[in-house]
Amino acid sequence: MIKVIFFAALREQLGCAGTEVSANNASTVAEVKDALGEKDEDWKNYLANNSLLCAVNHQMVQGDFSVKSGDEVAFFPPVTGG
Amino acid sequence: MIDTVINKHAEISIQAEDFDHGFEVNLLENDNVEDGAVVTFSGRVRNNNLGLKVKGLFLEHYPDMTEKLLAEIIETAKKRWNIGRVKVIHRIGQLAIGEQIVFVGVTSKHRQDAFAANEFIMDFLKVKAPFWKKELTELGETWLEAKTSDKEKAQAWSK
Repeated sequence: MIKVIFFAALREQLGCAGTEVSANNASTVAEVKDALGEKDEDWKNYLANNSLLCAVNHQMVQGDFSVKSGDEVAFFPPVTGG
Repeated sequence: MIDTVINKHAEISIQAEDFDHGFEVNLLENDNVEDGAVVTFSGRVRNNNLGLKVKGLFLEHYPDMTEKLLAEIIETAKKRWNIGRVKVIHRIGQLAIGEQIVFVGVTSKHRQDAFAANEFIMDFLKVKAPFWKKELTELGETWLEAKTSDKEKAQAWSK
């Protein structure tokens, strides 16, 4: 399984801090997003937000980045610390 | 010997509790006679934003990734400038007006390196480190949006 976590506004929009996606259903970050979007229209719409960022195992990546079972994939809005 | 002890103090601390500014400055200065310059920045919760009265902030972060990103930013600063000690503290959780949010302290032999490295670390913390602020105003709670000006400020270092 691929572990998926959400932060900040996205976490609240989805009403979910984390879930899992089968590695059989997704081999890239973009495919993880597609698999999550199948849950319902709300998830599909919120995850379609172009400004969302993604990290795999704590490293910032783009949508074509490959993922495998055991990876931690995080989706979140642009950061606003400091 | 003392240097070894001080180096054991982590350069990065993500914490819910407040920090003592004076204590942090002492850690940067104690037994550090090679460095003549100490530059510190601290950020606090202000009572206004975009014309609205702010009542408080909530800070969320991505544990482990935050520390990793901050360590990378500090490493980059150390390669670019001749700096001595570095300390970065960032608070998380619920913060009230006037409370400290962030601290960046840098020492160097001469002031230019510490000034530049401190600003560089702060600029990249703003756009790279996975922290998110939720603001409580008179109109309710809102997650803050990232600012283009912060992005441009960080990009300006690569010019």
